[in-house]
Amino acid sequence: MTAAANARLRDAKTRKIRQFITPEGVDLELKIAGSGLRLGALIVDLTLIVVALFVFSLLMSWVGFGSKSDMAYVIWMLGFFALRTFWFIGFELGQRAATPGKRMMGIRVVARDGGRLTADAVVARNLIRELELFLPLMMIGNGMSEDAVSGWTVLAGVLWSLTLSLFLLFNRDRMRMGDLIAGTWVVMAQRVKLDADIGIGGEAAGAISFSDAELAVYGIFELQELERVLRGRDPRAMREVADTIRGKIGRPVAEEDDVFLLSYYRQLKARLERKLLFGKRREDKYASD
Amino acid sequence: MSTPAAPAPISPAVAAPAFSTGRFRAEREADWIAFDLLLTKLEKKGAAALTSDELLQLPLLYRATLSSLSIARATSLDKALLGHLEALSIRGYFLVYGVRETRLNRVRRFFLYDWPAAVRSVWKETVIIALIIILGALTSWTLVAHQPEWYFNFVPEEMAGGRDPRATAEYLQSTLGHGKAAGEQESGLHVFATYLFTHNSQVSILSFALGFAFGVPTMMLEYYQGIGLGAMLAVFTNKGLGYDFGGWLFIHGTTELFAAALSGAAGLRIGTAVVFPGARARLEAASLAGRTAGKVMVGVILMLLVAGLLEGFGRQLITDTLMRYGIGTLMLLFWLAYYYVPRREDVT
Repeated sequence: MTAAANARLRDAKTRKIRQFITPEGVDLELKIAGSGLRLGALIVDLTLIVVALFVFSLLMSWVGFGSKSDMAYVIWMLGFFALRTFWFIGFELGQRAATPGKRMMGIRVVARDGGRLTADAVVARNLIRELELFLPLMMIGNGMSEDAVSGWTVLAGVLWSLTLSLFLLFNRDRMRMGDLIAGTWVVMAQRVKLDADIGIGGEAAGAISFSDAELAVYGIFELQELERVLRGRDPRAMREVADTIRGKIGRPVAEEDDVFLLSYYRQLKARLERKLLFGKRREDKYASD
Repeated sequence: MSTPAAPAPISPAVAAPAFSTGRFRAEREADWIAFDLLLTKLEKKGAAALTSDELLQLPLLYRATLSSLSIARATSLDKALLGHLEALSIRGYFLVYGVRETRLNRVRRFFLYDWPAAVRSVWKETVIIALIIILGALTSWTLVAHQPEWYFNFVPEEMAGGRDPRATAEYLQSTLGHGKAAGEQESGLHVFATYLFTHNSQVSILSFALGFAFGVPTMMLEYYQGIGLGAMLAVFTNKGLGYDFGGWLFIHGTTELFAAALSGAAGLRIGTAVVFPGARARLEAASLAGRTAGKVMVGVILMLLVAGLLEGFGRQLITDTLMRYGIGTLMLLFWLAYYYVPRREDVT
């Protein structure tokens, strides 16, 4: 990886971040959810709706045959309508503003202006969904049923409706047509467990001391990659990383990989954090020390 | 670098700095864990489940976490810690600032103020859509009244169900629920009512959702609705059944057509907001219009539920034409009063 590639990666990450300042004056730095996650959430939700419908239909037909009345049919129709229309609305009105699919993907709906998510916004964004999902299907259905319409007309119709459905691919904020109209965003909201602090403790037992020159070869990006490897606890990855670092700073293989890496991580972190306190943020190893 | 004085190997025992991210975390961690637990409880059981002590703790812990986030961003390079604090703060922000009203209160406010206010604010669009429907009805009515063949262009065969210009007056009379056939239908009333409700709701949602394409498809859809209505009306008036048909239509039609006009108006509001945003930015205007339209649409679905009940039950059980006119008028007056009579607490 080169300096340019590193910069590009950082750039891509910051492009997804939107300023979101709380009344306390802290920027929450919300991250826009990617289109893949959105599609995944939709697929999960649709699957759940279909499964729920199937179970509900079975139940209602069983009740219907048992009671010999058409009340079951009425309940089925109402249930179908409610499920189709209010599945998304109902869940997004809840505390977590996310359907089960969205929860699974770790995303949620947020009002774009930073205010609270109101019921009318949720209703508006989800009624538009009806159109986005079914218009292309309707166009195709129309084209198949009516021979009078030429194939090109159908194609034009499908393309037109697809541009509406795929609207979120064409804007930076990944807004659906419904998001645009309701004034909402879908952002990342996954839960992150608080992992143990590996930066402190156990210094005495077999700690290796590194010189300042040995620590000066890496920056923040490398430190955080090292943190990821340490938390991953994969011996093969640790061996590889440890060998790379040893090669770079010219140390013989003398210790266990994990002991070596942990000591190096702690001292590098202490060094970089001290510099941070003095206002020097060294993004990666290519930046000047 | 100009730090020759610093000892090359960093040994914590010698020069432990007064501030370290390790100590920072050790000191604050208990707050974060407590906040996390409180949020989980709030999410699972709602605000009612919290004790007053916990409620008092909530904003304190929230601010403590936000402050920790600020400090951590400035001092720490521990990615796991930063990620956790960020996620916790985001979660906390939306819970602390999200809930301000109970669900019951929200529903109450919606029925008392929000719904009528939203409908009132789209009155221009409602008038336009109503005119479009009437225009559609007039077009097809004049055409069919003079040349009955036009009817087949407007109403598809399967929708007409035999109610076309070739039918006899007796048959047409029977479809209005006056003949012998009326009695047989009664068992399926609720099925019919439910079907009408769900079908009409889907059409209204579509007519609303099509609005953002500058409102043009919405207007076309509403015009088409008017055309079907006018053609049907012409067939019945030609056979001298105009008065009876009016009653048959009026009992639920006032509610249903009103709802159709409102859904069109909601769509049109969005369309016009996109084309003519006025002093606002286009996106902002669209989202403002969308919120108003969202409220109107919830109302439309409720109105259609009423219309479905009137059509499915009311119309089949009440066969007296005058009575039908009476109920239809009453419903219309009710809706008009509900929406347009000004009320005191409107300003809030």
